[in-house]
Amino acid sequence: MSTQLESWRNMALEFVPHALAGHDVPRVLAARQSAFTRFAEHGFPTRREEEWKYTDVSAIGRRTSLAPDNIPPDPSFEAKLLAWSIASEGMHLMVFVNGHYDHTLSMTDHLPHDIRLTSLAYLLDDTSHFSEKFFDKKFIAHDFFDKKHEHTTFSALNNAFATDGAVLYLAPDMVLDVPIYLLFIASGRGAAIYPRNIIIAGENSRAKIIEHYIGTLDVHNFTNAMTQINIAAGAEIEHCKLLQEGPAATHIAGIHAEQATGSLFISHAFTLGGHLCRNDITTQLNGTNSHCELNGLYLMNERQHVDHHTRIDHIAPESSSQEHYRGVLDGSAHGVFNGKVVVHPRAVKTNAHQVNHNLLLSRQAEVDTKPQLEIFADDVQCTHGVTVGQLDEDSLFYLRSRGIDADLARSVLTYGFANDIIERVSVPYLRTRIEHLVLDRLPQGDQVKDLL
Amino acid sequence: MLTINNLHVAIDGKEILRGLNLNVNAGEVHAIMGPNGSGKSTLAQVLAGREGYQITAGSAYYMEQDLLAMTTEQRARDGVFLAFQYPVEIPGVSIALFLKTALNTIRKQRGLPELDAIDFLNLMRNKMQQLDMDESFLSRAVNDGFSGGEKKRNEILQMTVLEPKLLILDETDSGLDIDALKLVADSVNSMRNPNRAIILVTHYQRLLDYIVPDLVHVLLQGRIIKSGGAALARELEKHGYGWVEAESTSRQVA
Repeated sequence: MSTQLESWRNMALEFVPHALAGHDVPRVLAARQSAFTRFAEHGFPTRREEEWKYTDVSAIGRRTSLAPDNIPPDPSFEAKLLAWSIASEGMHLMVFVNGHYDHTLSMTDHLPHDIRLTSLAYLLDDTSHFSEKFFDKKFIAHDFFDKKHEHTTFSALNNAFATDGAVLYLAPDMVLDVPIYLLFIASGRGAAIYPRNIIIAGENSRAKIIEHYIGTLDVHNFTNAMTQINIAAGAEIEHCKLLQEGPAATHIAGIHAEQATGSLFISHAFTLGGHLCRNDITTQLNGTNSHCELNGLYLMNERQHVDHHTRIDHIAPESSSQEHYRGVLDGSAHGVFNGKVVVHPRAVKTNAHQVNHNLLLSRQAEVDTKPQLEIFADDVQCTHGVTVGQLDEDSLFYLRSRGIDADLARSVLTYGFANDIIERVSVPYLRTRIEHLVLDRLPQGDQVKDLL
Repeated sequence: MLTINNLHVAIDGKEILRGLNLNVNAGEVHAIMGPNGSGKSTLAQVLAGREGYQITAGSAYYMEQDLLAMTTEQRARDGVFLAFQYPVEIPGVSIALFLKTALNTIRKQRGLPELDAIDFLNLMRNKMQQLDMDESFLSRAVNDGFSGGEKKRNEILQMTVLEPKLLILDETDSGLDIDALKLVADSVNSMRNPNRAIILVTHYQRLLDYIVPDLVHVLLQGRIIKSGGAALARELEKHGYGWVEAESTSRQVA
């Protein structure tokens, strides 16, 4: 046991979930307490652990408090403006401030009947809500807090501290064309924020979900978020995570999907801001003929650190996966990509392809990338590829020979590199938004923005 | 318009151009012919400002400016245009974005207002029609997955949109079928005017059937060893480069 003073070890366990949603429901309280015990047994990971070799999270353990922020402050005007602009686009919007649902900024009035979109705290607080058609007691007690969702020690911490989040239930055959936008605003000074989202897609249902984290202040917020996604047979979920935390923020998150026969899961992860960011994105292809696409783009500068760990488990036969991750690293930024694909013994005729391309824009920028294929079945097609490089000289010359100056040419090429991932997003509003966010970060990017 | 004097150019210490002289006036079309490895493409690249070449001696003046001292983008803004032999693929960047960026930069330099989206589209529609290019080209990534012919047509499209003063076409005819070749030649011919000069760098005479040059130069081992009228190209086609080479050697001996 470490002798180092770590604030979380001094936390009195019995008070931990005090005043959190579901505190008066014995089952919920017990589940939170046992999750905290599991977290405390392990503590924060160290760099001696393979999965955390390149990402140092020791600073989180030195925070003065890890307890969730309970009284959310008023969000900044900028964040409110963003919420209003999303609502005006007609999307179904749920806004959370420091992990707490803010119904005044949200807009969920126009949802079809067969779709239930609720705040998690609302469900946890009142047992009578469990008996609603969509969420039974069994689900809350046994599924939500289940150990199986604890992919890292941070997910155990999230299980213990989760304040609120979106719970989405799509009835079978329900097709929702308008995206659901979940906006998570980090506000206040150095808050610890624990959102938890649950998405349950019934058979042959279809939806697009956007999970957007935004921090507008230069403060040491810590967000530990988790999203679990259950996709029934024939259902299709496109999930897009947009990470735009403030420059001093730490963001550690998990997105964990389970897929049944013939289902489709498309995940996009855009990591564009934050001091230390880590996404663990996993999916289990449990049903035959299920398919997943994991796309990611990370754009980091200065001393920012970004780590993506993905894991795809091909469990059933004839499933396929496509993975496209790209990184642009400038300044002294450090990127990490670890893409694990496991083809289990039963998963014959698996088709799995993975690529990770990295663009280093400065000498100090660094990337550690590792594809990891573990194949235990015959008759499979698996490929992977990794590149780390600079902007292509021939391309630069080509642009300059058309009158475009060198800085702008670099920005255009960087934009083109990033665009390979951006254009995979099917929601036009989001594509444009991400394009602009990327261009905002590039020299003379405004000029390109005007031309798009 | 362009005056090149005793130009010596090396790459990685190996001399490619060895004392090249060339004088191109506004309104003229020059063809530079020569076998592989004679330095044709090096000349085209050096004029456009490609880095990585060492200029060991000589000079090049373009409209009274020291061309070799200008950056690549300055040359382009002042009207130098190179149609690439091997156009570069730029995934993720649409032709529309690429050309709008280039055109507005060049227009700014010429003191013209930037084109708005509608004017730009109209201009493009018009130019693309001339080249028998579908409008859907605009949204495709620059040269990404293009056939050889499409790439060359894209070069010509850029040329007609950017309206340069000095056009350098590097092996633009290679990879084109006869119909495409005619379209390209028509576009180039339509660009001919008293204020503009054109340099055609080519291996074969084929292109010169459609774009008749005022002068033909034979480039061999980094030097222009023979110049003449359009008829010279036809002689080269008939007899190959061997006889010019022999003639040049015997002259040197004499």
